[in-house]
Formats: sequence, structure tokens, C-alpha cells
Amino acid sequence: MNGIGIVLLTTFLASSVEAIEMVTIVIGVGVTRGWRSAVLGTVAGFAVLAAIVAFLGAALAAIPIGPLRLLVGALLLLFGLQWYRKGIVRVATRGLAGMQVGAVEDDEVPSAGIDWTSFLLAFKGVLLEGLEVALIVVSFGATAGQLGPAIVAGAAAIVVVGAIGLAINPLVARIPRSLLQLIVGTLLASFGTFWALEGLGVNWPQGDLDIALLLTFYGASAAASIAVEQRARRNGLRVALS
Amino acid sequence: MSIIRGARALVLFFYRFVVGDDPTVAAVVLVSLVMTGALVVHAINAWWLAPLTGVVMTSVSLWRRRAALTRGH
Repeated sequence: MNGIGIVLLTTFLASSVEAIEMVTIVIGVGVTRGWRSAVLGTVAGFAVLAAIVAFLGAALAAIPIGPLRLLVGALLLLFGLQWYRKGIVRVATRGLAGMQVGAVEDDEVPSAGIDWTSFLLAFKGVLLEGLEVALIVVSFGATAGQLGPAIVAGAAAIVVVGAIGLAINPLVARIPRSLLQLIVGTLLASFGTFWALEGLGVNWPQGDLDIALLLTFYGASAAASIAVEQRARRNGLRVALS
Repeated sequence: MSIIRGARALVLFFYRFVVGDDPTVAAVVLVSLVMTGALVVHAINAWWLAPLTGVVMTSVSLWRRRAALTRGH
């Protein structure tokens, strides 16, 4: 494989990892809280990203990505833990049948206007991950003296992963809302933990693979908490009936 | 007046977005992040502290919710 081929492949693969995180957040938020504000947040995220890239160009490498990761990660972690906890309670209460689509009464999703929660989550996910893709493009492309092919590979990664995300979206929409809220809460808490600690200078032992470890940890803990909630509910019912 | 109302709504939105309905969880998780940063400065790679805190505080929050519901009966 020649120099251009190597730059194309490595940039595409590295950018795909970031694009998967970006698309996962946007789809999770869109399916759970509605698409309008999630799409607006995505568009706004890409617009700000484009402005930053156009303004800074190759000087992008000077952006202090650590503090940005810490800020976005901490916000996602705190918000993700709220959905994580609500998801546990709902799955424990209603089971996997979940609740009816549209009946998200205590999430305060506005029926009209912009849902700022959805907008911000999508915006932050797109901006942070987009910046990371841009940094990968600049560092891989500039190092190899192949900035053009690196830009093509980075853009292709976002387009391909985004298209796959859109293709599987109908499947995601079939997941019961209570379970979906728990899944999205688990995803946000896992990504948030990963980014916040990276921003603090923590070295993850297995690198990006530790996101899977975090997902497993939060997922297993949720399963245990659901079992505890359901047992307490059964015991409470027994006491009420006796 | 509308500016004040708008600013208050914005602050309320960010409070709900970040803190939610259980401020204890948000406060303790933030403290765990600060402690992780302090440990990293002292060359201790404390990657486990924040996720552990998140899960423990979620369990504590759920337990407090169950206790409050029981008291309500």
C-alpha cells in the first residue's frame, strides 16, 4: 500500500471510532426525545465545527482538547446518570414493555418549540467528536504530508458511519422507551466518564476499548439495581396486601 | 423584565440539565472528578473512581427514593 493509501485507511479508521460515538449520541437522543431538536443541535454543531476549522485550519492542533473533553464529558456524565437512574426505575416498574411512545410526561419534552436538552446533547456530541476527527485529520495528514487525502478520509468516515446510523434507526426506534432511556443513559454516562477522565489526564489501560468496559460495568450495575427495585416493589406489595 | 425572566429560565434549564432532581448525585460525582484529578497529579491513575462513584451514588439515590415512597404509604 502506498503513502496515500496508508493515510486514507488510518485516518478513516481512527475517524470512524470518533464518528461512531457522535452518531450513537445523536441517534439515542433523537429516538428518545424526538428528532427535530436533535437534528437542529447536530446542524448547529457541524456549523460551529466548520467555522472553527475554517478559521483555525492547521492551527487546530493548538486547541486544548483536554479541558474541552473534561467539560463536555462531565456534563454528559451528570446528565447521563439522570437518565440512567430514571431508566432503572422505569424498567423495574414497567418491565421491557416500557411505556407508550409520546408519553414522556416527566422528561418535560416540550410539545412545541425547541427541546434544549436534546439540542445541547446533540450539539456537544457533534462538536467534540467532530473536533477530534478534525484533529486526527490534521495530525495524520500533516505528519504524512497528505492533508488532502486525510480530509477525504475523515469526511468519508462521518458520512459512512452516519449512513449506517440512519439505516439502523428504525430498529432502534422499536426498542421500548423505558429500556431505550436506560440504554441511552448508560451510553451517555459511559462516554461522559471516558471523556471527562481523559480530560483530567487519566490513562485508560486499554485505550478506547475501555468504553466497552464502562458500558459493561454500568450495564451490569443497572441490571443489579433493577433486580433490587423489583424485589423491593414485590415486598412492598406483599406488605400492602397483608 | 423579559431579560430577567429569560436569564432565570436559562439558569433553571442548566440546573435541571446538569443537576437534575437529585443534587447529591451531581455533587458527589463532581467531587469524585476533582479527586481523580488530584490523584492523577500525584501519579495515581485513578480511572476507577468516577465510574464507581456514579454507580454507588445511583444506588444510594434509588434507595433514598424507595425509603421516601415507603414513608409515604
